[in-house]
Amino acid sequence: MRRPLRLPATPRLPSLRKRLIVQLIALSAGLAVVLYVAVRLGAERASEATLDGLLGAATSTIAEELRSVEGGAELDLSPGTFSMLAAMGEERIFHRIDINGLPVTGYDDLPRPPQEPTALEPVFYDADYRDAELRLVAVARSLMIENRAAPVLVIVGQTRDGQRAVAQALANRAALIGLMVFLIAIPFSLLVARAFLRPVGRLAEAVGRRGGHDLRPVRHPAPAELMPLVEQLNAFIARLRQTLSQTETFIAEAAHHIRTPLATLRSEAEMALRQAGDEPTRARLRGMIRATEESARSANQLLDHATVLFRAEQFTQERVDIGAMIAALADRFRPTADLKDMEIRLDLPSERLETTGDAVLIEAAVRNLIDNAVKYSPEESEVAITLTRDGTFARLTLRDHGRGLGGETLATLSRRFRRGPNVGGVIGSGLGLTIVLETAAAMGGRLELTEHEEGGTCATLWFPLSS
Amino acid sequence: MRHALVSPVILILTLLLGTLPALAFEIEDQHSFGPPEATNRLSILSTTDIAFFAPLAEAFLARNPDLAVHYVQASSQSVQQAIGTEEAAFDLVISTAMDLQMKLANDGFAQGLPADVVQSLPSWARWRDRLVSIALEPVVLLLADAAIPEGREPPRSRRDLIALMRDHPDLFEGRIGTYDPRTSGAGYLFLTQDARTSDTIWRLAEVMGRLNARLYCCSSQMIEGLISGDLVMAYNVLGSYASANLPPDAAVHVVTLQDFTVTLQRTALVPANAPRGDLGASFLRFLLSDRGQQIQADAVGQGVMRPESFVNQPWLRPIRLDPGLLSTLDSMTRRRFLSEWAAAMEQP
Repeated sequence: MRRPLRLPATPRLPSLRKRLIVQLIALSAGLAVVLYVAVRLGAERASEATLDGLLGAATSTIAEELRSVEGGAELDLSPGTFSMLAAMGEERIFHRIDINGLPVTGYDDLPRPPQEPTALEPVFYDADYRDAELRLVAVARSLMIENRAAPVLVIVGQTRDGQRAVAQALANRAALIGLMVFLIAIPFSLLVARAFLRPVGRLAEAVGRRGGHDLRPVRHPAPAELMPLVEQLNAFIARLRQTLSQTETFIAEAAHHIRTPLATLRSEAEMALRQAGDEPTRARLRGMIRATEESARSANQLLDHATVLFRAEQFTQERVDIGAMIAALADRFRPTADLKDMEIRLDLPSERLETTGDAVLIEAAVRNLIDNAVKYSPEESEVAITLTRDGTFARLTLRDHGRGLGGETLATLSRRFRRGPNVGGVIGSGLGLTIVLETAAAMGGRLELTEHEEGGTCATLWFPLSS
Repeated sequence: MRHALVSPVILILTLLLGTLPALAFEIEDQHSFGPPEATNRLSILSTTDIAFFAPLAEAFLARNPDLAVHYVQASSQSVQQAIGTEEAAFDLVISTAMDLQMKLANDGFAQGLPADVVQSLPSWARWRDRLVSIALEPVVLLLADAAIPEGREPPRSRRDLIALMRDHPDLFEGRIGTYDPRTSGAGYLFLTQDARTSDTIWRLAEVMGRLNARLYCCSSQMIEGLISGDLVMAYNVLGSYASANLPPDAAVHVVTLQDFTVTLQRTALVPANAPRGDLGASFLRFLLSDRGQQIQADAVGQGVMRPESFVNQPWLRPIRLDPGLLSTLDSMTRRRFLSEWAAAMEQP
């Protein structure tokens, strides 16, 4: 069965929208983390530099408070210096003063600096002391003691718990801000992704809205990034249009090239038949005429079938008045029926039943049904054509008193070029039912063939009614 | 009063001491409260007199009948030696020598106190979570009626005091008492705080030295001297001792000098090696509770101060509880200060 608009499933990649959202959220999460780390390190460095400056200054002050007196050195430590050092976060303070390399006051076991400071530059260092991590500074100076220059080393250390707590608090606040940015980024990226992908959706909608037969190039405005796609689509449409017009031309040409010589051949043969008196020759000519007729019919049906396929792909949509079409077709078959003294009885509803589809296709389908009924019916019989409404469908029934289906089913009969076993002597190509079935499929309709108990066939065709 | 209580106790304790583990630091007194068979024993090392402490211990034990309290009294220097050098096992250390307590805490001999104890205190009443203030006490001047001549107002400032002593050397000769800063931790703290605030102290020291001032280790002995009439003046006495130990009828003025009056914080810490730090903390919690504060206030009259006092008595000068206290403990600074003080006291 043919489903003209149903395409095979294309492999799907994750949606652009999802990818965009995930990337935006990942980016803002990354930024939040970077913010936290940057503030944490920045705050730590800045406060460490500040506190180092303070520690250095305080230590230099202490070093300057050392005075040389008779018999040694004298120191008057000012409480303010220590108070200041401890002010931020209640730090612990340790000090040590060495003169001539020997500790003279403070904590004798306070760690010494890794290298000796000079008068120009103090040495800052870290050390563990009494279960605490200390930041220490060592300042060097010289003092005249007993008329000799004595090197003096002043070491002051402090804990940095308060500084760490402040840096941690700052970093936590930054992390909070980062988290908020991250949370705000989620709805924001949803909005951005939607706005960003709107042109794609609009383009797809614009292309989807087009009719099946609309082969004009796409002129919908599209962002620069989508232009290559639109251009390729237009190029593809142009190629398709060209191929289709070639096919159409080919069908028309083929019809012309086959029908015309066949018509000529037939008229020549008929003329010959009229002139010939010799009975064997006449018999041969009659056989020839019948073969020509059969060829012409086959060619017509082949072309019909090609047309059906072609038009089914095109899927033209127009409203068709089924009743009027049936009446017109019945009229066209009446001369043929009269030759066999057959009657075509029409039973059409008073209401107008319309279906939506390709008028050419529908006409081909109905014509083939009537043709079959007339063709396979004996002389002086009746073909009844009934059209009724059946829910949302129009039901067309053709009842003949012909030879029936010969035990075959619809499935086998509708195969291309397949004819029933009981066709004997009747001209046919075996394409008629195929055309009817394909039309019904293209329109969303249905065909049913049943064999009547009293002989004859009943063909029922449903068309969806226009909504 | 103290002696009456202490003498028989000392006798027993001296005998007991032989059986106790040897304590190298010098103790002044000790006492056990509560049932002797109690397994939960809280040991407290303090500079506070047992008489002053007893009501607090009894109120605490009334609430915790399964506990016993062992109380050891020592000088502030001995407290420093016991905890900072010998690492003696106590659960709570209370001292008036803020600087020495600060040094213990700074040097890592104090353990962190439970958050509920620390957080209830204002920032001026604690240092980190290691050292907390349990009382505010002014350091006062005690002046006997006999030292104030007829028709003269009691001195309001150190300048008034110097003038009074210069005008009446006969009244004061050999009858002035003050701390010996070389032996008393609290005395050294008060003196350095005086010197930090004003240079008047050096002139005062000169005048006191000229009048042959006597030097004491403890507030209580100066108060005894005043009561007995040996002394007419005691400079830098803890207000709480004065209020607690002076009889109501004693003819002694308690003067808070209005040029400035140093106000100290009696501080407490739980040593890092405390065997029952939890008991120490719970006793501390009791001291800071309304009930504990009330008992302390009752014991000393107006000696314990409320923070509001600093509003209506602007001359009260609190000693800040911060490592600035450590500077005067520096051995060179201390040596220099003491030699300067000695020079002022002992003129030719």
